[in-house]
Amino acid sequence: MRHHLLLRVITKLLVGPIILFALYVQFHGDYSPGGGFQAGVIFAVAFILFGIVFGLSKVKQVFPPWLVHKLAALGVLIYAGTGVYSLMLGATYLNYSAFTPDHPEHGQHWGILIVELGVGVTVAAVMVAIYYAFAARPPVISDEEW
Amino acid sequence: MELFINLVLFSMLVVTAVAILKMRHLFAVVMLSGVFSLLCALLFVTLDAVDVAFTEAAVGAGISTVLMLGTMALTARNEKMPRDFSFIPLAVVMITGAVLIYGTLDMPDFGSATSPAQLHLATEYLKQSPSDIGVPNVVTAILASYRGYDTLGETVVVFTACVGVLMLIGNLARRRRKDEEGAE
Amino acid sequence: MTMEFILGHLNYWLFIVLMMIGFYIVVARGNYIKKIVGLNVFQVSVFMFYISIGKVEGGTAPIFPVDMNIDPNVIYSNPLPHVLILTAIVVGIATTSLGLALIVRIREEFGTIEEDEILEIESKLQLEENSTEGSSMGGRA
Repeated sequence: MRHHLLLRVITKLLVGPIILFALYVQFHGDYSPGGGFQAGVIFAVAFILFGIVFGLSKVKQVFPPWLVHKLAALGVLIYAGTGVYSLMLGATYLNYSAFTPDHPEHGQHWGILIVELGVGVTVAAVMVAIYYAFAARPPVISDEEW
Repeated sequence: MELFINLVLFSMLVVTAVAILKMRHLFAVVMLSGVFSLLCALLFVTLDAVDVAFTEAAVGAGISTVLMLGTMALTARNEKMPRDFSFIPLAVVMITGAVLIYGTLDMPDFGSATSPAQLHLATEYLKQSPSDIGVPNVVTAILASYRGYDTLGETVVVFTACVGVLMLIGNLARRRRKDEEGAE
Repeated sequence: MTMEFILGHLNYWLFIVLMMIGFYIVVARGNYIKKIVGLNVFQVSVFMFYISIGKVEGGTAPIFPVDMNIDPNVIYSNPLPHVLILTAIVVGIATTSLGLALIVRIREEFGTIEEDEILEIESKLQLEENSTEGSSMGGRA
């Protein structure tokens, strides 16, 4: 879509705020609607928007596919690893209260924050990876036909 | 007033669904499915499920529309003329719907505070979570802490679906072959 | 069938109507993308049904005030269905994308995404296979 000047300018303006909003949703999920799932999707939307307007090769320079694939696995590892850590502290799996035995609520806060981060990383990476997979195929319908 | 809003949203949803059924131009169908998701998000807000509304708006109206448009660009723009009208699908759908409606007759009234769903686990969560977890958003507290196993499973499902998509259309094998050729 | 009963159950019936429209799209239309859209309509109707079970008359969203001074008179809706459906939506899009990827592969193999055309090609392939392989396998097809 190189010929759409308006779209290009607006996209440039929007990508930053979208990522900022995703981070807000991610880390403010304890207090307001939101959390890892929504934040991940919004984070991915920023890259998908950039990819649609500026082309796949440009967005792959910013967020290379090998990194995307590794992040998708990393998120699950963060989540599962939190559970393993609580096991090592002598509590049951995914029992965050064990992190700070004196103040169980603080441990819960930490646990929820880390786990949501894992979810967010996985969801964002998965959505971007799926978009890359679809966009990399040679299209049947050309750009003008739309 | 709430009933009125609900009914208006519902009639819009039904109109959108029927339009999806009737349209043969796939671009319009995909866009209408985005509209459908957005209307659902509005309905979720009136049903007090703000977290769900947020997710539905971001996922249903955003990502899923993009992916379907991507698929369309790779496949076809129009649906073929539908087959001759046949009564069997209509009959199956009617019977299923009638059975489901018969099933709802025993259900408690909409919004009833004494229905079985409100009496057991939910009250515990609402009562305990301020002292157990201390997070204002109860949905987040249940999602990440009380039902942490559940969410771990869901995350793994999302990851697995991604692996499946990459195996189907990810070109991973081709890239590896190219790497090997490059190495030689 | 009093008025109260009808108003109390109207929501459920409307969800079922939507669900059945989605179901009809899946069974009666041959285009695979349209089938996926129909499946989405069906899925979202089930979500709405679930959420409506958690709704409490006069309730509000299950989010406490930030300072955690909880007024015992405020009614909160049931948060449990919200949690279940929230994750289900994201899993739903992941599985939908898997279905779309399958459609892309089908189109690359068959050159079409209409169900009846694919069935035709399939049966033709089957016939060819039978006529070339049939005798060597001992069959008379």
